[in-house]
Amino acid sequence: MNENLFAPFVCPTIMGLSTLPVIMLFPCLIFSTPKRWLPNRIQILQIWLIRLITKQMMSMHNNIGRTWALMLMTLILFIATTNLLGLLPYSFTPTTQLSMNISMAIPLWMGTVILGFRNKPKASLAHFLPQGTPTPLIPMLIIIETISLLIQPLALAVRLTANITAGHLLIHLIGSAALALMSINILLSSVTLIILFLLTILELAVALIQAYVFTLLVSLYLHDNS
Amino acid sequence: MSSQTPLSVPLREQRLLDVKLQQVPSWIMKWDFSPSGIMKAVRRGYDAYFNKYIDVKKGGIGGVTMVLAGYILLNYCTAYKELKHDRWRKYH
Repeated sequence: MNENLFAPFVCPTIMGLSTLPVIMLFPCLIFSTPKRWLPNRIQILQIWLIRLITKQMMSMHNNIGRTWALMLMTLILFIATTNLLGLLPYSFTPTTQLSMNISMAIPLWMGTVILGFRNKPKASLAHFLPQGTPTPLIPMLIIIETISLLIQPLALAVRLTANITAGHLLIHLIGSAALALMSINILLSSVTLIILFLLTILELAVALIQAYVFTLLVSLYLHDNS
Repeated sequence: MSSQTPLSVPLREQRLLDVKLQQVPSWIMKWDFSPSGIMKAVRRGYDAYFNKYIDVKKGGIGGVTMVLAGYILLNYCTAYKELKHDRWRKYH
């Protein structure tokens, strides 16, 4: 049971070759760019959605922050489609791997920090000390603020990993519980099935929300530093 | 009226439904299995599917659903080795 539980999180291989690049590039097949003046229906829907998200996310930034629009939109689209594709049966979700999430979080966070230190060094350093702190507390507070700054990328990565992994595990466990109960007690099994159904709806929401939260936090760090 | 002899098309350029059954293995042998040949074939397949199901004025949900169904099938095939043990196991 234990080995079976974590089997979906192992990187899939075909005859020893990892298929991870193919799985990570698969969302690209779903998005297409219009080549005519009037795109087809699917492309119109995609364009509408992407413009809606762009307007919502980039409205709070100034001109320097808006140069990050392409990066942030790519990020939210990638994480959202990867999480949603992972909810399909038998599929592998790259965002359950901590390695991938850390490699997304650290460069983005570091980019915002370096941007802040280059453009507005005084304001960036001033973030380490909130306004109105009593004087005896200043050294401790600076240490705490530094630690809180340094932990931001780790928090971003671990939040995404933990949420998606926990959701997948719960679906797996409750699903196998419902299956096992079916031969024992039909009523209890149907209650478990209803719980499974609600959990799946939650997972759909979590997939989208996690993408949103990741991108929102990166853009918040950007806003602080631009 | 002179009867026209039919022009013979080389085996390589015939499509699948025109090839006789006995010629199928030799037809497959004539394919281009180099990396660039495979990339061209993948590109042709993608373009054919895209232009038929997605790039239409009123594309529906079926175009994307077929891709997702194929994705599920592919993942099942790659995971079959671990999954076949679960079939007749009494206690999971």
